[in-house]
Amino acid sequence: MISRSPSSTQWLLTLPSLAWLGLFFVIPAILIVVTAFRSVDFHGGVGAGWTMENIVALRDPAWLPIAWRTLALSAATTFICLALALPMTFHMARVGPRLRQILLLLVVIPFLSNFLIRIFAWKSLLHPEGPLTNLLVSLRLVPEGALLLNNVGAVLLVMIYTQLPFAILPLYAAAEKFDFSLLDAARDLGAGPWRSFAKVFVPGVRRGLISAAVMVFVCSLGQYVIPQMVGGASDEMIGSKIAQRVFADRNLPQASTLAAALMLAVLVPMFVAAAWQRFGRKEAAS
Amino acid sequence: MIAFLFAPLVVLVVNSFNASRFGGEWDGFTWSWYEKLWAADEVWESLVITLKIAVSASLASMLLGTLAAYTLHRFRSGLQSAHSMLITLPLVMPDILMGMSLLALFVLTGVETGLLTIWIAHVTFCLSFVTMVVLGRLQDFDFTLIDAARDLGATRTQAVKKVLLPLVLPGVVAGGLLAFTLSIDDYVITFFVSGPGTTTLPLRIASMMRTSRSLPVINALSTLLIASTFLLAALSFRLQYPLRSGNSES
Repeated sequence: MISRSPSSTQWLLTLPSLAWLGLFFVIPAILIVVTAFRSVDFHGGVGAGWTMENIVALRDPAWLPIAWRTLALSAATTFICLALALPMTFHMARVGPRLRQILLLLVVIPFLSNFLIRIFAWKSLLHPEGPLTNLLVSLRLVPEGALLLNNVGAVLLVMIYTQLPFAILPLYAAAEKFDFSLLDAARDLGAGPWRSFAKVFVPGVRRGLISAAVMVFVCSLGQYVIPQMVGGASDEMIGSKIAQRVFADRNLPQASTLAAALMLAVLVPMFVAAAWQRFGRKEAAS
Repeated sequence: MIAFLFAPLVVLVVNSFNASRFGGEWDGFTWSWYEKLWAADEVWESLVITLKIAVSASLASMLLGTLAAYTLHRFRSGLQSAHSMLITLPLVMPDILMGMSLLALFVLTGVETGLLTIWIAHVTFCLSFVTMVVLGRLQDFDFTLIDAARDLGATRTQAVKKVLLPLVLPGVVAGGLLAFTLSIDDYVITFFVSGPGTTTLPLRIASMMRTSRSLPVINALSTLLIASTFLLAALSFRLQYPLRSGNSES
């Protein structure tokens, strides 16, 4: 019973989730954009008037380094996560089903343990009196009293750590469906292992690669807890500024303006990826 | 790679038994951090709040998500394409935007932040995950089985109750467990929509992280949380892939 135009039963069954997401996801997202044009109320709320001030304030050159840092850190995180996840999923998809299941579980478990705890774990690992610093100092890899914490490197490391499963899972789903006999064919036709990996496997899992990249990039763009916990004062990302506007300055319209800008930065790569995926499908169909 | 994923967690667990405050070196075995944790009433109060929200939010999202997955799987229409997009978008929306936008909604409508607003937020982000898990399970379900049941004289309700439900239920429970873990875990969104007296466990951990005195206690708390996550994950995994776990039922 597949109906083309929605029946009343279909409407009735779809309504609960549709209404919930409409009310608590779509409307709030629109409200953010609307609030960006509202004036500030000094009691921490939203003023009555309409204004362009918040938008104009974005032209302040002080935002440039923050926007740049957010984009650069997210791009670096995405790139490194994919570079780590690609060979990993390549091997995961080739081992036996039992081992594969165990590996998958091992990847997912750290991801399910509390986000804050994972950051805290890195914080104590990188602590000046922590085990990693002691180890590196005793191996003479870093000078005595080196600070592994509170710098941009620590932020990048922890971002990669927390986002890696977002790269592995979609890539694994694609690699699982990949026909590995294609690699044998490529080898028979004279391609080396590296060449067949790059020219046959990577294009073969392209869809997974695109969703992994979007997932990691988008999630990285919105980070603020990681820079706050393991980064230094100069490692703030746009998310840090949003949280600051909301909780320290109690300036909701200004925070909404930043959030609207972030939303734009999130939606653009998503639509590009969606269009790309669709283009790929059409190409394959023709 | 697995070592990279697990090393920080192992360090936490080991340090929770370490008498040394910063865990740079091993100063001998101790239970004292666990004793301190046991005595920290505010942590247990937060745990109760967290569990209340997690249980109610996962139940609600199980209901909404299962219904959503069913309609997405059963019907093909413009409505379902829009529905599908609405379900997928929250999965890729950064937490901070979801928290910020819900806060804007609550401030503008004058709803006071508290347990209710946290619950709404949690149901909203769990809903999509539950739908995805149940949808995966439904895609493995052979709908001709329903027709077979109907041919054998079952009513529509009977067919759904006796055939569809038992086969899809593991997916629903797995989705619910995922929602439960996500709800317990969430910090960013909860931080935006929480009010006075609704300090959930992640919020409590965050505030403990700011005072160095309680750092080793966080190790002990983390160890307990990691252990329970392991158990939940193993349980959920079993439910989700029962056929592939060694017996040849398929």
